[in-house]
Amino acid sequence: MHPVRKKRLFVIMIILVLLGSVVSLIMYALQQNINLFYSPSQIVTGEAPYNANIRAGGMVVEGSVARDPETLAVSFEVTDFRHKVKIEFNGILPDLFREGQGIVAQGKLNSNGVFVATQVLAKHDEKYMPPEVTEALENAQNTSLNNTSNIQPTY
Amino acid sequence: MSWTWFHKLGSPKWFFHWSKSLALPLFGFGCICLLFGLVWGVAFAPEDYQQGNSFRIIYIHVPAAILAQSCYLALGLSGLVFLVWQMKIAPIFIKAVAPVGAVMALMALVSGAIWGKPTWGTWWVWDARLTSVLVLFLLYMGIIALQNSLNDVTLANKAVAVISVVGLINLPIIKYSVEWWNTLHQGATFTLTEKPAMPAEMWVPLLISTIGLYCLVAGLALWRMQTEILIREHRSNWVKQEVMKDGL
Repeated sequence: MHPVRKKRLFVIMIILVLLGSVVSLIMYALQQNINLFYSPSQIVTGEAPYNANIRAGGMVVEGSVARDPETLAVSFEVTDFRHKVKIEFNGILPDLFREGQGIVAQGKLNSNGVFVATQVLAKHDEKYMPPEVTEALENAQNTSLNNTSNIQPTY
Repeated sequence: MSWTWFHKLGSPKWFFHWSKSLALPLFGFGCICLLFGLVWGVAFAPEDYQQGNSFRIIYIHVPAAILAQSCYLALGLSGLVFLVWQMKIAPIFIKAVAPVGAVMALMALVSGAIWGKPTWGTWWVWDARLTSVLVLFLLYMGIIALQNSLNDVTLANKAVAVISVVGLINLPIIKYSVEWWNTLHQGATFTLTEKPAMPAEMWVPLLISTIGLYCLVAGLALWRMQTEILIREHRSNWVKQEVMKDGL
């Protein structure tokens, strides 16, 4: 390679590395603002501000969804498997909302530690499966559970 | 190592003759592949257990998003090639591919919004992945605007190459946005090291439509480059001969 070109390449690389580090430092400093939501742990440990418009995200706890039969009001708990936060919402939930599903709620944390949501969004994971496969998986799991329960008394 | 082949690649004349017969087959093959992959994905692939049929927009969303990033990577690398080796072909490539990449980024954004409404419950959310792809689209628009606003070709070449190279920083941000921060967008389904998180009857049509879109974009890029070469080199003898030969 010609020395002039080598020098130019070298200079461009240095500029790119410097710019890259500037950008990463800025993003590191703004991490709290780039993160879309607070996790239940962050809310419980008091990292999230009270009475400010924030988002909370986590998995809906199995068996925690309570619907008001008269209105659209619904309450449920979300977890990151360490801490739980109760969310109250009055409105239409997305189709993908169900127990065990990841969700992101927008709203305010009140002084009782309950998150009052104005909007609930469903998060989905990166896995895609045909419905028959999920059924087969569930069946397999059930039979293996039955098998273990059959075996257990012999111990 | 001999660099002759590399420098030869940078000659517009050599490139024009070499790529002349390549654009149409690439474009045609790409169209057929894309159509095949899309019909398979939309009509015959199984539906998703959670999202049902709305997941089928993946067959447009993912290829468009991959192409938007690949085009930018190519733009950035040719910007680097121009700044270091001053090859004439590099700015021609940037000028030809930038609008195509912008369309791909727009397609990814729009199809993502259409997909987001039924699954997430919103068209748009300012999470790291969505925002960084919007930045990618704006980078493309910036490159196109700068290219068209500068009348001095030498200046335009250099300015556009500089933005292309600097914008490369955005690509790892897009890729890792879903890992570095918590986002509404899910993580990557496809990685080089692990098995894809979807069965073969879902990812095979996706792979075919992605390959199809790659070929289609490559064909388009070659055509656009050939046109740009003819415009830029219109004073040279070989272009005059080329045009006369086609009976104009």
